[in-house]
Amino acid sequence: MVLLEINGKKYEVEVSPDVPLLWVIREHLKLTGTKFGCGIGMCGACTVQVDGEAQRSCLIPAGDAQGRKITTIEGIPPDHPVKRAWVEEQVPQCGYCQPGQIMQAVALLQADPHPSDGKILETMKGNLCRCGTYPYIQRAIKSAAKEGKKS
Amino acid sequence: MTSLLTRRDLLKKSLAGAGLTVFVALTPNGYRILKAEDRAKEPAKSCSLNLWLRITPDNLITVLVNKSEMGQGVYTSLPMIVADELDADWKQIRFESAPAGDPFKDPVWNTQSTGGSTSVRHMFLPLRKAGAAAREMLRSAAAQTWGVPPGECATREGGVRHEKSGRSLSYGQLCERASKLPVPQAPPLKKEGEFKFVGKSIPRLDVAEKVSGAGAFGIDTFVPGMLYAAIARPLAFGAKVKAYERDAAERLPGVFKVVSIDRGIAVCASTLEGARKGRDGLRVTWEPGTAPELGNEALEKNFIQNLARTGVTAKGQGNAAKALSEAAKKIEATYFLPYLAHATMEPMNCTAHVQKDRCDVWVPTQSQTGVLVTAQRVTGLKPEQIHVHTTYLGGGFGRRGETDVVEEALQASKGAGKPVKVIWTREEDIQNDFYRPGNCCRIEGAIGSQGELTAWSHKVVVPSIFARVFPDRVQSGVDPAAVEGIANMEYEVPNLYVEYVRMDTPIPVGFWRSVGSSHNAFTVESFMDELAHTAGKDPLLFRLDLLKNRPRVRKVIEVAAERGEWGKPLKKGEGRGLAYHFAFGSHVAQVAEVSVQDQEPNLKVHRVTCAVDCGPFVNPAIITAQMKSGILMGLSAALRERVDFAQGGVASSNFDNYELLRINEIPEIDVHIVPSREEIGGIGEPGLPPIAPAVANAVFQAAGIRVRSLPMLPVLLEGLKKK
Repeated sequence: MVLLEINGKKYEVEVSPDVPLLWVIREHLKLTGTKFGCGIGMCGACTVQVDGEAQRSCLIPAGDAQGRKITTIEGIPPDHPVKRAWVEEQVPQCGYCQPGQIMQAVALLQADPHPSDGKILETMKGNLCRCGTYPYIQRAIKSAAKEGKKS
Repeated sequence: MTSLLTRRDLLKKSLAGAGLTVFVALTPNGYRILKAEDRAKEPAKSCSLNLWLRITPDNLITVLVNKSEMGQGVYTSLPMIVADELDADWKQIRFESAPAGDPFKDPVWNTQSTGGSTSVRHMFLPLRKAGAAAREMLRSAAAQTWGVPPGECATREGGVRHEKSGRSLSYGQLCERASKLPVPQAPPLKKEGEFKFVGKSIPRLDVAEKVSGAGAFGIDTFVPGMLYAAIARPLAFGAKVKAYERDAAERLPGVFKVVSIDRGIAVCASTLEGARKGRDGLRVTWEPGTAPELGNEALEKNFIQNLARTGVTAKGQGNAAKALSEAAKKIEATYFLPYLAHATMEPMNCTAHVQKDRCDVWVPTQSQTGVLVTAQRVTGLKPEQIHVHTTYLGGGFGRRGETDVVEEALQASKGAGKPVKVIWTREEDIQNDFYRPGNCCRIEGAIGSQGELTAWSHKVVVPSIFARVFPDRVQSGVDPAAVEGIANMEYEVPNLYVEYVRMDTPIPVGFWRSVGSSHNAFTVESFMDELAHTAGKDPLLFRLDLLKNRPRVRKVIEVAAERGEWGKPLKKGEGRGLAYHFAFGSHVAQVAEVSVQDQEPNLKVHRVTCAVDCGPFVNPAIITAQMKSGILMGLSAALRERVDFAQGGVASSNFDNYELLRINEIPEIDVHIVPSREEIGGIGEPGLPPIAPAVANAVFQAAGIRVRSLPMLPVLLEGLKKK
């Protein structure tokens, strides 16, 4: 049994604590916005926030996530500047990696509301996109940062 | 999860009489336009009946999209085509993924599949006709209602308006009446300049749910009572099972059943982790594969040996041998390209439920027809008992035209008697691909006394994709993919000889974004650069000299050169490279700007300027995105990607050893669409081929290192060490 708090909601899951958090979120709790890409932390598709920090959920045993606040793509409100910028800049193509990209970008802007170009690239380089939406991701992050400045 | 209608539900809904449903069928006598009730009257097999749009009394217009959405924007561009001819209000437009079945076949291919950059090319005309026919029926319905001549009624923004009296009715209000009217066979199509949506950058309809996280991919399928299967497969090609511990695996917690399937052993369990632990518990041992000596070195040797073989002639224009022997200058080079993996971000997966009299398959597929055929073969059921639910595809690139994972899920479900979901690990995905084949070429070129190209002789050694996938298209022993872009190069070469040597290995090969062009643009455009330098000419002018009768090609190259600042002075260590390629009906030219240095990063691609002429276009924002997408996937392959082989199987396994391009490595990319009135071209693939040679040619200018094999980074490092 594992006790998890995801997007402010508490869950009791009948699962061994060594099962990666990713699979508990996706396959047990059916919060399918969090994606599986590699299982070794090399692609970022499974990025969630754990206590406000972007983490690869494929590398975290579910047991280790107990007592911590987990946020998934479903927990980011639709009017969040990053989600809005993603729509505005028409970022997604196939769309599969985008929840992970968005979760990484949200964490980046929380830590640094006005990141330099270099900081954006350095932070986002752990998230792969096979469709090559990278130029759009860059633009969306800059636009979300600008939006944040205004508000 | 979006609602997935079965084909039966959908036909029921479409044929129920509520509203207007329009089909366009391609018959031996051309296109015919039909409505739902006509369909039943059509003699069976006289033609394929294709269903594309439905207008309902709730004033919504649903476009049934028969092409798979894998990022290329078909869930937006195809509805745009219908909406435009229909004079719809864009806000009324919905899309639905079409179920698998004859009414949804691509009228040109007569299959339901997505590939070859054909979606808009094949669907443009039938969808326009469907939209236009529906528009005319709605206009007539309004005219009848008001008792006025149809000519006095104008269609716009999803309704019909009678200008004289100021009356108007919405399409929703008119659809039932319209459905009772005869279908016009030659509705007027809009002329250039009359389009309202086509040609505009309309935002994509699939973006919102891809940003919210709600968009359902194949991996997101859940079916009540479903099991997960993990499949043990051999690492070495062709290896058979020696022994395994079925009972031990079946005793593990959560394991429901172990099922022997064609490709290995499937452990079905109530959870994914249970299935994977169960697979470990099988402790399978394998016989050696069919080619235990297969590895990187053996493969490379095999390619080189095959260069010495005599192949089949794919093109013989003039007398290249004679021209080469008489040349003022002659060069010869050998090129080598590696095997590549598709590495779609969503690993292969499929969920299947095989029952006695019904089969459901939920799958991110590029080939609904292939899934139907596979399901018929595995289950023995009739096509109408099989229901294929196409989800979003987390990348396709050709990989999802294959049905290997579909067969696995079907066989596991059949064996377990329950719905089964199969999710491959990334390792399974990289090691069980249908790879972009490796390729080796020897090219000779001759330069005449005026520095002009007089002969080109090109020998290609490459495994055949078509021999397995579409053997009928291998004619006179020539795989069309092996020589596309070489045998039909646009350059006016007086003496051109192209020879194809088919090389067979146990490595499965398949379509990888841009297929043969992914090799052939690199070898042709790199060698063209070599020839220009040999002739002492500017690579741009050298090409233009060979395109005197090809104004369309010249234009696209000139736009790329001008916007890419061809000829502008560069600093030491910087270079600019040009490449052009025609593929899938579109012409693309790219100029890459790079710098090369001794310390890391040794190569930086700063800027890519891309010009594309794809004829008439639907959505320029999507075209720009597809060009950038092709460029970045092509750059990823050019710089680093290579599948490694060892001990008779695939040694590459995950993103730590099969590295993809990351965001910190991308160039600035400008895309210029060159307008033209020529035949409509494809857009998903043509952006990819030119980037590798454009960068390689830029590297030559920057560092004097000629890149004749890919991936480029190891070659470049080697070259820098020697300097």
